[in-house]
Amino acid sequence: MAKKTPEINSSSTADIAFLLLCYFLMTTTMGSQTGLSRRLPPMPDQNQKVEDQKVNRRNIVVVRINAQDRLFAGSEPMDVTQLKDKMKEFLSNPADDPELPEKTEIDIEGYGKCLVSKGVISLQNDRGTSYQAYIAVQNELVKAVNELRDEWSMSTYGKKYSRLTEEQQEIVRKAVPQNISEAEPKEEKKK
Amino acid sequence: MPAISTSSLPDIVFMLLFFFMVTTQMRDTENKVAVKLPEASEVVKLERKDLASYINIGSPVKHLQAQYGTDARIQLNDSFKTVEDIRDFIAAERDAMSEGDRQLMTVSIKADENVRMGIVTDVKQELRRCSALKIMYAARKPGIE
Repeated sequence: MAKKTPEINSSSTADIAFLLLCYFLMTTTMGSQTGLSRRLPPMPDQNQKVEDQKVNRRNIVVVRINAQDRLFAGSEPMDVTQLKDKMKEFLSNPADDPELPEKTEIDIEGYGKCLVSKGVISLQNDRGTSYQAYIAVQNELVKAVNELRDEWSMSTYGKKYSRLTEEQQEIVRKAVPQNISEAEPKEEKKK
Repeated sequence: MPAISTSSLPDIVFMLLFFFMVTTQMRDTENKVAVKLPEASEVVKLERKDLASYINIGSPVKHLQAQYGTDARIQLNDSFKTVEDIRDFIAAERDAMSEGDRQLMTVSIKADENVRMGIVTDVKQELRRCSALKIMYAARKPGIE
């Protein structure tokens, strides 16, 4: 009869595994990076003459945050909480107010003709503005656009934007564009 | 009374280990600036984490304050840099990517909520000059530390 091989003592495997576990816990990060996505405008060519973009006055609203983190939309001072509704009204222009942005009819592939607002939100800030206030305002602007997209897809597809298919989301994105322009920093005040 | 069998303990721990190995990623840089991200409810997830470059802006962490002061600074990779260094940083990051991925590069700006927009604007202008136009303002969902 063959001699029985002795079993390897495995009582320390647990300790080894614990050690490895601790190592990974220390050196790694649970990574889920979130944030607000933006696309910067390309730098204008220096040799090229800067043409003044003729944007109709009614199509643009200037949102300004000054060095004291005060918010102005258009010309009136405003609280951050009011901004979203104001921007929704601006972008959707439900009553076709001649003061608010005009709409153009564009042809969207896969959907057909659709009225799209030409409104642009121009966001301006001061060098002294705090980042927190800036992000809060950015967030409200995104929220305004997201809610408009939800409303649009609700009335068209009967579903919320996030539950649509890729193609449908693409259509909604074209129908309700996110036109937020981060303005060129103002030159230092000349005296 | 018989002893409780511990023979399955290693298996349980290994399972935990694999879970953490899969869900976490290596911390690649040491933070030299303290960054507390601002809150935003409309955040979206960063899609391709491997194509992201990070620019940290904030005031130096406690033990470096004696040396560097408390003014907001820019951290690229592992060291303090100035706005002018961003150009080289972006070029290096671009070189490390494959041809097709380069337009998809995203620069994630991780700025502390208390920094002033002046420094952020400088960074943005420099990024425009390097035509790294896809950016993300890192923010966290309210309630998540």
